[in-house]
Amino acid sequence: MTKGNDVNHVITALLENRRGVLARVVDLISGRGFNILSLNVAPTHDNTLSRMTMTIKGDDHVLEQVTKQLNKLVDVVDVSDLSQKRHISAELLLIEVSATPSERAEMAKLAELHDATVVCVHPNSMTIQMAGELDKVEDFLNLLQEGQVYELIRTGVIISPRDGTVNSEQ
Amino acid sequence: MKTGAECILQGLQDAGVETVFGLPGGAVLDLFAALYRSPIEFLLTRHEQGATHMADGYARATGKTGCCIVTSGPGATNAVTGLATAHMDGIPMVCISGQVPSAMIGNDAFQEADTVGITRAVTKHNCMVRHVDDIPRIIAEAFHIANTGKPGPVLIDIPKDMQSASTDVVVAGDLNIRGYQDTFISDDKQIDALAEAINSSKKPVLYVGGGVIASGATAELTALARKTRIPVTTTLLGLGAFPETDPLTLRMLGMHGSVMANRAVSHCDLLISVGARFDDRVTGRMDMFAQNAKIAHIDIDPCAIGKSVAVDLPVLGDAKDILIKLLDRVEEIDRGPWMTEVAGWQKSFQFEYDKNESELLPQFVIEKIYEVTGGDAIITTEVGQHQMWAAHFFKYTQPRTFISSGGLGTMGYGVPAAIGAQAGCRDKLVVCIAGDGSVQMNIQELVVAVENDLPIKIIILNNGYLGMVRQWQEMFYNKEYSATPLLPGRYARREKVPQSDYLPDFIKIAEAHGAKGIRVGEKDKVAATLEEAFAYNGPVVVEFIVKPEENVYPMVPPGAGLMEMIQSMA
Repeated sequence: MTKGNDVNHVITALLENRRGVLARVVDLISGRGFNILSLNVAPTHDNTLSRMTMTIKGDDHVLEQVTKQLNKLVDVVDVSDLSQKRHISAELLLIEVSATPSERAEMAKLAELHDATVVCVHPNSMTIQMAGELDKVEDFLNLLQEGQVYELIRTGVIISPRDGTVNSEQ
Repeated sequence: MKTGAECILQGLQDAGVETVFGLPGGAVLDLFAALYRSPIEFLLTRHEQGATHMADGYARATGKTGCCIVTSGPGATNAVTGLATAHMDGIPMVCISGQVPSAMIGNDAFQEADTVGITRAVTKHNCMVRHVDDIPRIIAEAFHIANTGKPGPVLIDIPKDMQSASTDVVVAGDLNIRGYQDTFISDDKQIDALAEAINSSKKPVLYVGGGVIASGATAELTALARKTRIPVTTTLLGLGAFPETDPLTLRMLGMHGSVMANRAVSHCDLLISVGARFDDRVTGRMDMFAQNAKIAHIDIDPCAIGKSVAVDLPVLGDAKDILIKLLDRVEEIDRGPWMTEVAGWQKSFQFEYDKNESELLPQFVIEKIYEVTGGDAIITTEVGQHQMWAAHFFKYTQPRTFISSGGLGTMGYGVPAAIGAQAGCRDKLVVCIAGDGSVQMNIQELVVAVENDLPIKIIILNNGYLGMVRQWQEMFYNKEYSATPLLPGRYARREKVPQSDYLPDFIKIAEAHGAKGIRVGEKDKVAATLEEAFAYNGPVVVEFIVKPEENVYPMVPPGAGLMEMIQSMA
C-alpha cells in the first residue's frame, strides 16, 4: 500500500458508558502503534453512551484501518473521521503566561482580542481561559513568545459535523 | 430462582454446549459444584493452555463453538496463548474465567489478575460480570458474538460472589447488542462487478482461506471453480476448502507454498480472494505480489479488506451467500491458453522430496500417512517443519480435516487440538503430526486422551532439532545452530548423537501417560507401523527418527517476492 502524508485526523466515537471501554479503545490504538495527540471523553445526553473525540496523526489509509477496527469493537456504537468532512471544532485551554505588573495590561488586551478571558492574576503571571476553533487557538498560541508560556493545559479538541449529526443513533 | 453458577450452565446448555474443557480452582468452585450436577461433559485438562487448544480443536473439527472454564489468576493467564491462537485464526470459542470476589478486586488478592485487561487484545470481546442478573444475557451474547461475523474467542470473567449469588432473571431475553454488527447484507452491485470481472478475465485464480470453511461454503466454492474452470490455491487454514485431488488445484501458496500456486498468482490477471487476509506469509514481498492482477476480495471482516493490499473489487459479506449469488452470474468460458500455462506448472512443480534417500525422510512418513488413511482422517499439527510437510504431502479434500495454528504459530497446539477434535468427532481417525520440539510443549495433555478414551495418534517426526529455526539458521545465519539442537548437553552437534541417547525418551513418555509408544527409524517399517497404530484401540505415540537436517522446500526467502522461490539447496 502506498503511504500518504501524515496529517491530524479527529476521530469521534460513541461508546457504551461502561467500565473498561475507554481502556479497550486506547489499547486498540496504542496496540497498532499510534500516538494519541488528544483525547476527550464524557457522557452524552443519553447517559448510557459516552462521546469520545481523539486526534491521531497518520495517513488516510492507516486512519481508515483505525476507524474500521474501532467499529468492530462491540462496545463502540459508532465511529467517524470528521476531520475529512465539514465540521465545527472547539477546544478549551487554560494558559498561564508571564505577566509582570507592567505587562498585565498588554497581555489582557491580547487575550481580549482573541475572545479569551483572564481568569486569574498572579504576582508575575496570569491564567487565561480560552475556548474556540482549532485555528483560532493556534493563532493565539503562535503570538505568545517562547518562554512566555509557563503552563499550557488543553482539553483536546471536540468536533461536530457542520451539516448536522452523522450518527443515526442520535 | 437460580444461582449465578446454575445460570452459567443453563446458558451453556441453551447455546448447545455438550463438552467443556478446563481445570478448577478457588474462584470457580461454585461453578464446578453446579457442573457436578450438570449433563454437560467435562474434560479435565492438566494445564489451562491445553483446555483452550482443546476447545479450539473441538471448534475447528465440528464447526461448533468451543468452550472452556479456567480459574482466576494463573488459570486465566495460562489461557492467554490459547485465546490468542483462536483470535488470530478466527475460531469461535467461549472461555469462562473465575475471578476473585467483587469486593476484593483491585486489592492484589490471592490468585487475582486483571483478566479482562490482559485478554483484551487477544479476544474478539471480553467482559466482567458485575451483577448476577446479567449472567443469562452475557452468556447468550458471548456465544452470539463468538460464532457470528468473523468468529473469534470471547472471554467472560465471573467473580466468585456472582457465581454463588441468586437471581430471578434466569432467561437471556432477546439479544440486542447495538455496537455489534453480526450480519452483512452483500451488495448486489459489488457481486455484479466481480462477476463481470470474472467473465472478462483471461487468467483468473481463486485464492481461498479459512473463511470459506468458517462460512460452510466449500461446496459453493468448488461449484464456482468447476463451472468457471478457475484454478484454486488455498492458504494453510484454507486446506480442505477445495479438494486437493481436483485437476484445478494448485495446492497451497505462499512462503512454503507450491511453485505452481505462486507462479499462477504472479501471472494471473484477476486474483479472487475468498475468506483470506493477505497474510505476510502468503504474499511475500508485497509490491511484487500479484503485480499484473486486479484484486477481488470477498470477506466478512471489513477490516480485512484493503488492510494489506489495495483491493479493486471488494465484496463485503458472508462467503457462502456471495458465492451462491456469484455462481448464477458467471459464465462457463474456455480459457485455453491460461489452462495450458497452468497445466504446465502443475506438471513441473508438484511438492517433491528425494525418494532415493536411504535415511528415513519426514516427507516420506507424511506421504505414508496419506496412503494408509486414504486421506480420510482429521490431521492436527504442531508448528514448524512438520506442519509444512503435513500441508505438502497429505492431500486434503474435506473441510475441517486440517487443524493447525496458522496466524499465531503456536507450538504446543497440536496435541490438545487433537484431543479436542477427537472429543467432538468420536468416530473419526484423528492424527496429530508433531515435531520433537513442539510436541513437548503440551505433552502433559496426553493423559486426558487416555482417561477419556480418545484414541488420538501422535506422530512425532524426531529430527533432534527445533527444525524450522535450524533451517533459517542454515540458510540465513551462517549455519550457526544457536539453541536449536534438542540433545543432551554433552553433545556439541546433532549428528554425533546415537539414537539411543535421544532425550526425552518419547516411548517412556507415552507409557508413563498410559498410552502406547512405538519407535521406528527404518523406511520399510513405516507403513506397517502406521497401520498398527491406527488400528490400535487407544492413544498411540509413534516416534519416527528422521533425517536430522532436512529442509522444507520450496521456500520464498523472507523479503522476497513469490516468484523468487528457492527449490532446493543444490
